[in-house]
Amino acid sequence: MTAQVYDRPFCRLAGDKGFLVEFGDGIDPRVNAQVRALARAMEKNLPPGILEVIPTYRSLLFIYDPDLMDPDRLYKLVENLDDGREDLDAEVVKVVEIPVCYGGEFGPDIGNVQAVSGLTQAQVIQVHTAPEYLIYMVGFTPGFAFLGGLDERLNTPRLNTPRMVVPKGSVGIANNQTGMYPIASPGGWQIIGRTPLNLFAPEKKDPFFYRAGDKIKFVPISESEYDRLAKKETR
Amino acid sequence: MPAFEVLAPGGFTTVQDKGRFGFQQMGVPVCGVLDTFACDTANLLVGNDSNRAVLEITVMGPSLKFLSSMDIAVTGAKMDITLNDQPTEQWRSIRVKPGDVLTISQVQAGCRACLAVTGGIKVPPVMGSFSTYVGGGFGGFMGRPLKAGDILDAHGGDLLARERVVPEELVPDYPSHVLLRAVPGPQDDFFDQGATTLFTTQYMVTPKADRMGYRLQGEKIPIKQGMPKSIVSEPSMPGGIQIPADEQPIILLVEQTVGGYAKIATVISTDIPKVAQATPGDTISFESIDLKTAHQIYHDEKKKMAKILACM
Repeated sequence: MTAQVYDRPFCRLAGDKGFLVEFGDGIDPRVNAQVRALARAMEKNLPPGILEVIPTYRSLLFIYDPDLMDPDRLYKLVENLDDGREDLDAEVVKVVEIPVCYGGEFGPDIGNVQAVSGLTQAQVIQVHTAPEYLIYMVGFTPGFAFLGGLDERLNTPRLNTPRMVVPKGSVGIANNQTGMYPIASPGGWQIIGRTPLNLFAPEKKDPFFYRAGDKIKFVPISESEYDRLAKKETR
Repeated sequence: MPAFEVLAPGGFTTVQDKGRFGFQQMGVPVCGVLDTFACDTANLLVGNDSNRAVLEITVMGPSLKFLSSMDIAVTGAKMDITLNDQPTEQWRSIRVKPGDVLTISQVQAGCRACLAVTGGIKVPPVMGSFSTYVGGGFGGFMGRPLKAGDILDAHGGDLLARERVVPEELVPDYPSHVLLRAVPGPQDDFFDQGATTLFTTQYMVTPKADRMGYRLQGEKIPIKQGMPKSIVSEPSMPGGIQIPADEQPIILLVEQTVGGYAKIATVISTDIPKVAQATPGDTISFESIDLKTAHQIYHDEKKKMAKILACM
């Protein structure tokens, strides 16, 4: 992860309502911090005509109303904010603990990760639960977090044949990435465990557990603890 | 108030409004009607404001038995419709009473129709929208397409003092060849000859065409020498023309949030309804326009809507 941070943000057009701003040429915590700083600054004081601000790894998309905003004015806004972005970086980082029951029926592919890494199941769990993973972005499905910081020893290729349905709550590995499935969806990740937490609850006022910039810490739990927490979640 | 009972659901009928905004950064796609012109017009015809929930009807229409007196309107794709077995018309308000049965048959031109009712369809709002996201299993009516036996409610309200009709010259036609206007970018710098290919040859809509995106088939669009085959995942915009590894374009629509392939150009928002009305086998040409022209078209389209409103 040695991406370059651009001296000035680079802008691209995305149709008649979209304006994309890039901060660097790859996936890097410093580039990503700048993306989030601009998103926070914009959201704090949303200029009229900006309908949506969508931060990702190294770029940020503005959706605007052409009646009230145009790219030239938007670029000036970004540049002005950008000059002072060091000051904007007072980010409140939450560390979110996610309990995971590893192996067994919840983690049918943990054996594959053991085979590739040469580690025992206990070691895989120990290595996977050690870091605090940075959430670079959320996307793909509701609440799906793209995490950085997986230990190289756990780097395992995707399944040869993706599953039609990966159960909700599954925790998996794909190459150098690790992540959670907040809703059931098709997928080819190596599934090593499952969390009993309801990671996406659309009916709640705040449907999400975390957002980009937060950190995830996996905590190993037993099957009986899983059952207890799962019951609590459905109440 | 109870609006109607679904006697037959049709091909793929969902409750939609103009979309669920503000959550794309959390992985929740915008959803909403694909043909916003048809939706706005249907709502106008029954006296609603434009963000009331409607039914989006795909290819094969439903059969509905009404449970209250109300005004309804069907716009969008051309489909034969009958009220109590008597032929009736699209693009106008229709007064229905309890027991009336509306049957919408197979599409004749276009792909998606909209049905609006007085006050709009009443479903619980989820994250600020009435739209169904079938992939996520939430929103709209129980997070799924309608089934036979479902009973849907409406907000109701004042019935029209006189019927409303869209003048014929303002009703779109749905040809099997469409021209889509697109602004180059966001990754137009990834292409050289490929851009000429996109804007000068025809593409066919494949059967893989849904609310996530339309996969097209035609001459391959290669990424230019020395550029990477994929990009760092970035937000998707409806209308983005994505070029994946097989070099065949995909027009991204409203149920996408992020993607990792370069987008050569983006179909303008005014022309998304034309994409929505294309069906497999139809052909598409692309015209490159600059942003200034795109914004002029956007403003002109708003004037057209104002003109329709004035007719009522």
